[in-house]
Amino acid sequence: MKKLKLTPLRITIHIIGIFPLAKLLFDYFNNNLTINPIQYLEQQTGLAAVTLLVLSLTTTPLRTVFNWRQPSKHRRALGLYSFFYAMLHVIIFTAIDYGFNLNLLFEATFEKRYTLVGSIAFILLLALAVTSFNWSMRKLGKNWKRLHKLIYLIAPLVIIHFAWSLKGDIFTLQGDVIKPLIYGMIVLLLLGLRLPPVKNFFVKRTKRSARA
Amino acid sequence: MDKKLKSVPVKSSEITSKADYLSRRDFLKQMGIVTAGVALLAACGTDLPDETSASPADLQSAPAQDNATLSEELTDYEGVINYNNYYEFTTDKEGVAPLSKDFKTNPWTVEVTGMVNNPKTYGIEDLLSGFTQEERIYRLRCVEAWSMVIPWNGFTLASLLKEVEPTSAAKYVRFETLLDESQMPGTKNKLYPWPYQEGLRLDEAMNNLTLLATGLYGESLPGQNGAPIRLVVPWKYGFKSIKSIVKIELTDKQPETMWETIAPNEYGFYANVNPDVDHPRWSQSSERRIGEFQRRETLMFNGYAEEVAYLYEGMDLTKFY
Repeated sequence: MKKLKLTPLRITIHIIGIFPLAKLLFDYFNNNLTINPIQYLEQQTGLAAVTLLVLSLTTTPLRTVFNWRQPSKHRRALGLYSFFYAMLHVIIFTAIDYGFNLNLLFEATFEKRYTLVGSIAFILLLALAVTSFNWSMRKLGKNWKRLHKLIYLIAPLVIIHFAWSLKGDIFTLQGDVIKPLIYGMIVLLLLGLRLPPVKNFFVKRTKRSARA
Repeated sequence: MDKKLKSVPVKSSEITSKADYLSRRDFLKQMGIVTAGVALLAACGTDLPDETSASPADLQSAPAQDNATLSEELTDYEGVINYNNYYEFTTDKEGVAPLSKDFKTNPWTVEVTGMVNNPKTYGIEDLLSGFTQEERIYRLRCVEAWSMVIPWNGFTLASLLKEVEPTSAAKYVRFETLLDESQMPGTKNKLYPWPYQEGLRLDEAMNNLTLLATGLYGESLPGQNGAPIRLVVPWKYGFKSIKSIVKIELTDKQPETMWETIAPNEYGFYANVNPDVDHPRWSQSSERRIGEFQRRETLMFNGYAEEVAYLYEGMDLTKFY
């Protein structure tokens, strides 16, 4: 196995990835989980998952816009951390909040759209997580890139899931929508930077300044 | 199906002393109706006098609890005053208490106006002394699908309305909350159509359950719970129980309400607790009772069907949600 260098960036990335879990454990031992601990845990793990997802989407634009290549090496780590919190989020919802009650879970997942969107996003993210290793990259070849482009569908789905879990209407900008709105705008920006004409503009610019 | 229309026996007009609150809880414990929620509360460090904890194994993988056998334990006082939806301050449920600790409730006036024979602006002292304050233990069910049991202190809205005498033209009661940017930082967020307003049909307002609360647990209302006076309509979702009232107006037009204005397809004027009528985005068939480990079935009219079902006879509740 290739030896991994312990760079400051790598350490930082892992601190960022572990931090939400550390904070939750800290809250637990300090009895700081609010009087609705199950909902608090669901919300905190969800927030960690979406934040890390957004961070993983910044790595490529950092390369194309600023020619900073190091973050791209950590894209997989960030993505897997996001998946880790998404998985905790789903486990807490399914096992603890709904106690494996199949009737309630069926209703919640398939009949109510905010959980339906979340479930779809999670299943897609699961597919990405299990194929994120070098072995899969070799086995899937060209299809690996196609599969992992699903992140462009997953990210907006997650934002919609987030917005739909709150009391507000993100499409008319009324009510409790500020957090999902900000995350949504960041995701739009990060995805927009990947559009070929935009990307090419930046790549040409960095190539020019590299030559100069 | 009859089961749905039976009220669950929380005696809403029971007058209990503080000693009785505590002995009632002990009684329920002796009957063995203690949930793992107690163990969870203990883990959360809330101040509970020597509670016995049920073993979590008893309650795993059971269906949502059958309400007829469930306890209606009072929600812990610390929980009631530290978990609040009061977006005028912040959307952070635990953040309201610190932000509202200096909320000015004296002097305070409530203007009662509109289609009444005796319009009057009451000072808060008049309301506290002029009407018999009772204790009412009510379930409170939030539209977000969590709930509490709270011992309120207050007087019926009906007794106030009888004093001001609505005219025969009056059909609705409209309420308004204080709007004060200097005390309420959340009101700077213009994504909400401040001030908070709510309304009831006149017969709903006259129902004996409808309470103007001035205290809880025998103490005066803290700012975060809607000091100094708020509405409690226990058979409706919590957002109908408007806080920090400054105006009560009798009118003949159905009043606009905050959440209905924000999302009319999601929050209706009636907002009756109804497990058969879902929020468009999430189910209302079950709820999380604060302090409990397992979800509960939600009850029709929040368990107050006997007292209020008559108000909605013949109405299609999927249309009038």
